Amino acid sequence: MAEFEPRIVMFCCNWCSYAGADLAGVGRLQYPTNTRVIRVMCSSRIQPTFILQALKDGADGVLVTGCHIGDCHYIDGNVHTEERMENVVDAMKHLGLEGRVHLEWVSASEGPKFRDTVTEFVEQIKALGPSPLRAE
Amino acid sequence: MAELVGAVAVAGGGIAGIQSALDLADSGLKVYLIESTPSIGGVMAQLDKTFPTLDCSMCTLSPKLAEASRHPNIELLTYSEIKEISGTAGNFEVTVTRKATFVDPDKCTACELCLAKCPSKVLDEYNAGMSKRKAIYLPFPQAVPRVMTIDAEHCLYLTKGKCGNCKKVCENDAIDYEMKDRDEAINVGSVILSTGFTPFDPTELEQYHYEHPDVVTSLEFERLLSSSGPYVGHVKMANGETPKKIAWLQCIGSRNPEIGRPNCSAVCCMYATKEAMVAMEHDSELETTIFNIDVRAFGKGFEQFYQRAKNEKGTRFIRSRPSGVDIDPVTNQLSLRYEVEGSTETACEEFDMVVLSIGLTPSESSKKLAEIAGVSMDEYGNIATTIDAPMTTSVPGIFACGTIAAPKDIPDTVADASGAASKAHSILASERGTLVTERTYPPEKDVTEEEPRIGVVVCDCGINIASVVDVPAVVEYVNTLPHVVHAYEQTYACSTDSLDHIKDVIKEHNLNRVVVASCTPRTHEPLFQDTCRDAGLNPYLFELANIREHCSWVHQQEPDRATEKAKDIIRMSVARVALLDPLYTQKLDFNHGGLVIGGGVAGMTAALDIAEKGFTTHLIEREPELGGLLGTFTRLQDGRTTSEILDPMIAAVKSNPNLSVYTGTTLDEVEGAMGRFKGKLSDGTEIEFGSAIIATGANEFEPEGYFGYGSDNVITQSALEVKLDEGTVDATNVVMIQCAGGRNDERPYCSRVCCTTAMKNAIRLKEEDPERNIYVLYRDIRTYGVWEELYTRARELGVLFMRYTEDDEPVVADGTVTITDKLLNDTKFEIATDLVVLSAPLVAPDGVEDTAMLFKVPVDSNRFFLEAHIKLRPVDFATDGVFLAGCSQAPKLVDESISQASAAASRACSILAKEQLETSGVISVVDEDVCIGCGRCIEVCPYGAPELKEVEVVTEEITYITRKSEIDPAICKGCGSCAAECPTGAITSRHFTTKQISAVIDAFAFADGSIEEVA
Ligand code: FES
Repeated sequence: MAEFEPRIVMFCCNWCSYAGADLAGVGRLQYPTNTRVIRVMCSSRIQPTFILQALKDGADGVLVTGCHIGDCHYIDGNVHTEERMENVVDAMKHLGLEGRVHLEWVSASEGPKFRDTVTEFVEQIKALGPSPLRAE
Repeated sequence: MAELVGAVAVAGGGIAGIQSALDLADSGLKVYLIESTPSIGGVMAQLDKTFPTLDCSMCTLSPKLAEASRHPNIELLTYSEIKEISGTAGNFEVTVTRKATFVDPDKCTACELCLAKCPSKVLDEYNAGMSKRKAIYLPFPQAVPRVMTIDAEHCLYLTKGKCGNCKKVCENDAIDYEMKDRDEAINVGSVILSTGFTPFDPTELEQYHYEHPDVVTSLEFERLLSSSGPYVGHVKMANGETPKKIAWLQCIGSRNPEIGRPNCSAVCCMYATKEAMVAMEHDSELETTIFNIDVRAFGKGFEQFYQRAKNEKGTRFIRSRPSGVDIDPVTNQLSLRYEVEGSTETACEEFDMVVLSIGLTPSESSKKLAEIAGVSMDEYGNIATTIDAPMTTSVPGIFACGTIAAPKDIPDTVADASGAASKAHSILASERGTLVTERTYPPEKDVTEEEPRIGVVVCDCGINIASVVDVPAVVEYVNTLPHVVHAYEQTYACSTDSLDHIKDVIKEHNLNRVVVASCTPRTHEPLFQDTCRDAGLNPYLFELANIREHCSWVHQQEPDRATEKAKDIIRMSVARVALLDPLYTQKLDFNHGGLVIGGGVAGMTAALDIAEKGFTTHLIEREPELGGLLGTFTRLQDGRTTSEILDPMIAAVKSNPNLSVYTGTTLDEVEGAMGRFKGKLSDGTEIEFGSAIIATGANEFEPEGYFGYGSDNVITQSALEVKLDEGTVDATNVVMIQCAGGRNDERPYCSRVCCTTAMKNAIRLKEEDPERNIYVLYRDIRTYGVWEELYTRARELGVLFMRYTEDDEPVVADGTVTITDKLLNDTKFEIATDLVVLSAPLVAPDGVEDTAMLFKVPVDSNRFFLEAHIKLRPVDFATDGVFLAGCSQAPKLVDESISQASAAASRACSILAKEQLETSGVISVVDEDVCIGCGRCIEVCPYGAPELKEVEVVTEEITYITRKSEIDPAICKGCGSCAAECPTGAITSRHFTTKQISAVIDAFAFADGSIEEVA
């Protein structure tokens, strides 16, 4: 059987983590192909239902990224992201989806961190196996 | 007088020049931004992080680069130098030499094909010579403009007639070896000089052994720390190992009269502290040591930053200046010998790496430019300016800003830059809008009733995408997706002819939505949006699918998977574009008047600067007289009396016809937002204004309870100045105590100005009576920048300096002061004294919280107003249309307050100068029918855009009053946090609506692109 290749939705904010992804590209830093990026202006736009929808649609994991605290282009938008994501991550534990949602801050200059974040998350989801919600 | 020209030449494309250019361009003046290297960005582009917040330098800078390059009123003349300036204020002719780049900027797409083929390797200036670049190059990844340049000196074809590879591989025929330097004449009304500094070259100081590979300059260390640096952020020694112990040596090329560089460079103490902190973040085991004379942590937040480095992070600060670096002849090991403070011993310690904290020196090109402009320079090669006119050079109409006038940090440079823009704007106010070009577009077609008809361009980007992703297969797949009418492959989607082709395709296929699958929207979206507008499509009906940075470049070894991913990315973009709505900005009329609170030197300068540009201005001062803090002192550092600058300023304020002055009055109520503020004064007057500047200043702290303050012969510096003026200082032994009530738990900040003030007054005391004994008891002497010369002069005059520490403070008794002098091995002295002068910090005055409340702007823990961004927005508040200046932001010297005040005026006027206010299209809106008035949007909005309004709801049965949220389109910035928070889905975050994002998520899941399948 072919190795399990997770399908992962990744949210990036326009100003930091998306730019970090661009920088990883410019630096030709290689990472696994499993993520699909959805760009929003600020990580604070990401409402918990998007994550639930992605999981319901068959994503094996959801990676939410934004600016480091203090760097948010909209002052403190990401502080709200952090609160919301804590709740989501917590809820996942109760739904048997623990470890499938992760929040990480990546700045516009952290190309290597972007690569590492994706690489590690892909590894983590591979270890967890396909999402129980995934339709066969 | 010659006719006025509504254009400005800005020489120097670093952060100073960029800021000047943006302010002027926003105000309706045409700007030529002239930069000698191939890209704008300056030294800031090379920095890793910035102090004291450790923000990423490039992250804050690159949006400014993009803004400057896209601004319709800014023309970038990169790789160009000013050759000649003639004419007079208001009308100059400037000859600019455009150096040959050998690359046609209209054809080059920066695809980088040529890079791989260029055989010539050159030391990379961007990485401070620590890596190699090619002879054809882009200076750094975020360079602006994104066009290659051939370095003629190292190009094999241009030097030897061999190679020619770049021309062979270039698919756009952009290479032109025949290109020649040419002169271009531009006509401008004013010139701003902002060409900055050069880092000091430590080679001449042989004792530091800069030739040793592990002795590096601070700028090289910045590049080592940077993740875009030579080792992607891993600090390494020459042997490839990670250093365990790093030392910084301060004042290399600064505070060194022997080499003709007596002054302080103002930034090195803090950048060294920052570099140590960041290096420790990378490697928690690392030991860092900073060898210094004084730690000059004088700016806002610096002292706290320094204390954090010392007390929490464990950086060692050693007060000693090692005379050189020793190298073991056998092992090549570095070591430093230094005097141990408080003892007679010397210590010798080994280090793995030594960083030389090099100073800022006037660059040769700046000196040459000053000569061309005919402006005076001081003895050190800085452009000469005065305290009361810090941006004004000796030639009318020519201004200077940033480090070309004196060493300074980024926020002071940015303030200076806006200040210089204000001065240029003032001369040319009548010419606003005369030379700028409005772009015109064809009428937009209405697509709201139409089914989506989507066109998709899949870009090869030369081989950047096509060598990994199977583009034809992708095109074939995309053509099967719902609503896609036409998909095609393009070698370079962004080249000028391809853009024209896109317009043709839109017309031919009657498209109403467009997707380009190529590179990142962060650089290319505006370009394609513009193309859509040119073809009569609303620019928001466009989507970029990033299959280069996010796909082909990062999956080079996995072509099959990369191709699948590219299909997914485009499918998701197609799903999104199908649901995008046309968006429109709103144009609103507004009030073009200004308001300034505070009638000190900052407030008066700001008010005059606004009024000079033709806008009505209200100036409010709560005291009965104008003059503020400066009115309580009598002399400036340059020896002039304070009234010499205050009197003419007050007269100008009172006589300006655009200015209304309200003294003995306060502002009690404010409502509204940028463009339409309404205020009520304490005398009942109602005023309206579009923009406001807070310049409420600071007071000298009354050091009650410190060092015997209160008794007859213990006074503050301001009181001493008054006595000096009256000639009533009757004392032969004077002791000054620095940091009296400052840098302690209650006031943890450094008050910045007190050391310079103490030097000024010590010199005055000595000059009045050379027989006097003056003792200055200090913790660190922080006469930063050019004011170091006062410190030197005081020592020359015989003023005695003794150092104390916070935990061992001097004791003032009747007629004596006792101190344990750290400079002399902790020797205890009892000084007989007849006058003690306390250098007390500046503190925020009463009432700042009230002012803050009026405009909903923040104050920091020391009660100074908090700017939007400590580096790049030093006079802006996060709230649009409200600015700050002077000591209300933090203690500062008079010239700095004036520079900030002009800066705030420039920023305010760039708004007031607009005909109408334009709101953004990407904002959030509330559906009143769905809103339940819970107010959660108000809690999460960082800007205060939503407000609960009472509305009357009429139903069949009953009519009632309820509360509904309403978002002010003039304030909303479109982050979308409110939409994420809204429990009922009443808020739509335009362009990022829940429906649009959900469609993208569904498209992710369903490979056949059946969007409708999931309801
Ligand atoms: S903009 Fe990046 S998290 Fe807010």
